[in-house]
Amino acid sequence: MNIRYEEIQGVSLGFYALVAGLGVLILAALGAVFYMEHHGHYVTGMSNRIVWGVPHVFALFLIVAASGALNVASIASVFHKKMYKPLSRLSGLLALALLAGGLMVLVLDLGRPDRLIVAMTEYNFKSIFAWNIILYNGFFVIVAVYLWMMFERRMNKFTSKAGLAAFSWRLILTTGTGSIFGFLVARQAYDAVIMAPMFIIMSFAFGLAFFILILMASYKWTERPLGDAVVNRLGSLLGIFVAAVMYFVAVKHLGNLYLAENAGVENFILFDGGIYTQLFWYGQIILGGLIPMALIYHPALRGNRSTLGLASIFILIGGVIQLYIIIVGGQAYPMEMFPGKEILEGYGGIAAYTPSLPEMMLGVGGIAVALIAVTLLVKFLPFLPESLADEIADPHHKS
Amino acid sequence: MSKTLNRRDFIKTSSATTVGVATIVSGITLTTFAANANENPVTNEKRWGMLIDTNKLTEVEIDGMVSACQQENGWGSEVHSTGDQKPTWVRKLKVQDKATGKITSLPLMCQHCEEPPCVDVCPTNASMKREDGIVLVDKHLCIGCRYCMMACPYDARSFVHEDLTDQREHMPRGKGTVESCTLCVHKVDNGESPACVASVNSDAVIFGDLYDPKSNINQTLKKVQSAQIRADLDLNTGVRYSGI
Repeated sequence: MNIRYEEIQGVSLGFYALVAGLGVLILAALGAVFYMEHHGHYVTGMSNRIVWGVPHVFALFLIVAASGALNVASIASVFHKKMYKPLSRLSGLLALALLAGGLMVLVLDLGRPDRLIVAMTEYNFKSIFAWNIILYNGFFVIVAVYLWMMFERRMNKFTSKAGLAAFSWRLILTTGTGSIFGFLVARQAYDAVIMAPMFIIMSFAFGLAFFILILMASYKWTERPLGDAVVNRLGSLLGIFVAAVMYFVAVKHLGNLYLAENAGVENFILFDGGIYTQLFWYGQIILGGLIPMALIYHPALRGNRSTLGLASIFILIGGVIQLYIIIVGGQAYPMEMFPGKEILEGYGGIAAYTPSLPEMMLGVGGIAVALIAVTLLVKFLPFLPESLADEIADPHHKS
Repeated sequence: MSKTLNRRDFIKTSSATTVGVATIVSGITLTTFAANANENPVTNEKRWGMLIDTNKLTEVEIDGMVSACQQENGWGSEVHSTGDQKPTWVRKLKVQDKATGKITSLPLMCQHCEEPPCVDVCPTNASMKREDGIVLVDKHLCIGCRYCMMACPYDARSFVHEDLTDQREHMPRGKGTVESCTLCVHKVDNGESPACVASVNSDAVIFGDLYDPKSNINQTLKKVQSAQIRADLDLNTGVRYSGI
């Protein structure tokens, strides 16, 4: 079956309203950055105890989701599943857009964002951060080449090789992102190699949730046909990814509970950490895990796009909450500096953190950057198949 | 200008500029980090360290060490930063043994590790260890990512949250960069002791070359029991404690 790709028209009032709305969010984010950089970080909720706050939560959420958004293309090119092939272009585009949004937030939260050039020219190869800078830049190049192979008919034959390269690169990239925390030996909340594979499986879930939402929205708003075969397949896959995330979360916490050294921070997150415990159980586990799985797998709701969309939104909210617990919660609990002793004065206690409005605006701005990039690029380049009706998209369709 | 500027001219001009900038930049770096580089090059034949005897050191003396550091290096008078946002190069800690109930007070600052986690994680090499074991932040390279603060097991580093005024000439600091105890490198390079050590009028705090068999610190460490904080991390700290 021949797939025809076509730009969206993008002339409707709704289209311009969407672009304008996202533009306002981006401007607000830039304003927030100017405010924070002008005054210094004292205007944020961050401190010397909570050194990474909400901007890092959003940045890492978007970066993790970016590598996961590429999975749909990988399933087509690397694992040769025909049904995913027409979705590959959008998958590559979304991956680049989410990464751009995430990196923008990360860079603009630096103490000296004006010194970005230093980060690009001075490398300490023992630093996971330095490796990540290379991995992120490489991801842009490799996915751009991959997209070119897909777009250019003469290059189509190289698509699966480029796809394999991109797939391998993204696995390394997410390993690098997870390792930012995995290698922090001093902090009981992080020092665990499982962080890397857990981040990979989180990326599968968050990336696919983003992808499903954007796919359904763009086909609905442009009134293009989108068959149940594609949507239901993606939905089932999403359910599996969410279950896998919950498995990794369970292993991580159970493994940590076993070590007396980590019992304190585990008890904090799981049982008596106030807001962090509530966020963990109600936000990450119930809202971001159990409810989406029920929405996806409940027989009465199978094939229901509204509930699939709702499940995807819950997964994304749960994902932000999960990163908040990892990043902020992990810092809030004090480091074990004197094993066998209790610190009475000078250090310790749960560090306070209240996200400030500018931090939130910067984080949301990152999402807006990703979405505006997708919105504009599908207008100017043929990313979306003009139809994903079952008889076109489903290789096993019987009419 | 575009008419007359050919390739050769461009290369000439840009090389001259590069050399100029490089000269100025290296000059700044030299004045900041190696005051007496010409006379006594910094080598790894020395390893600066500190031994703190918590049985001898009084709480008043620890407070004195903190204010001596503030006075010397100019931190602590920030106006906007609140609570945990304020820089702390050295702090007074009070710890209690869970079994015996014994309470110990001690000053905690950068431990000047031989294997510093902050140096390992720094993406731009701004966090660095001098050959003589002093761990520093190059304020010209620091991009303010705060990864070193995540990595430090001693919570010894601070991020400057606001614009600073009235800085010490020998200790440049800057909004948006990370800072910590420098072991008063500017004094050590002139043959003096760090300000906090000098503020204590007893032998409760000893500063010196850990490698030099004739130094007081080396000889004392051979005699008395001492400990490193978080010795399990195997970072081989330059700051040692006895009595904890």
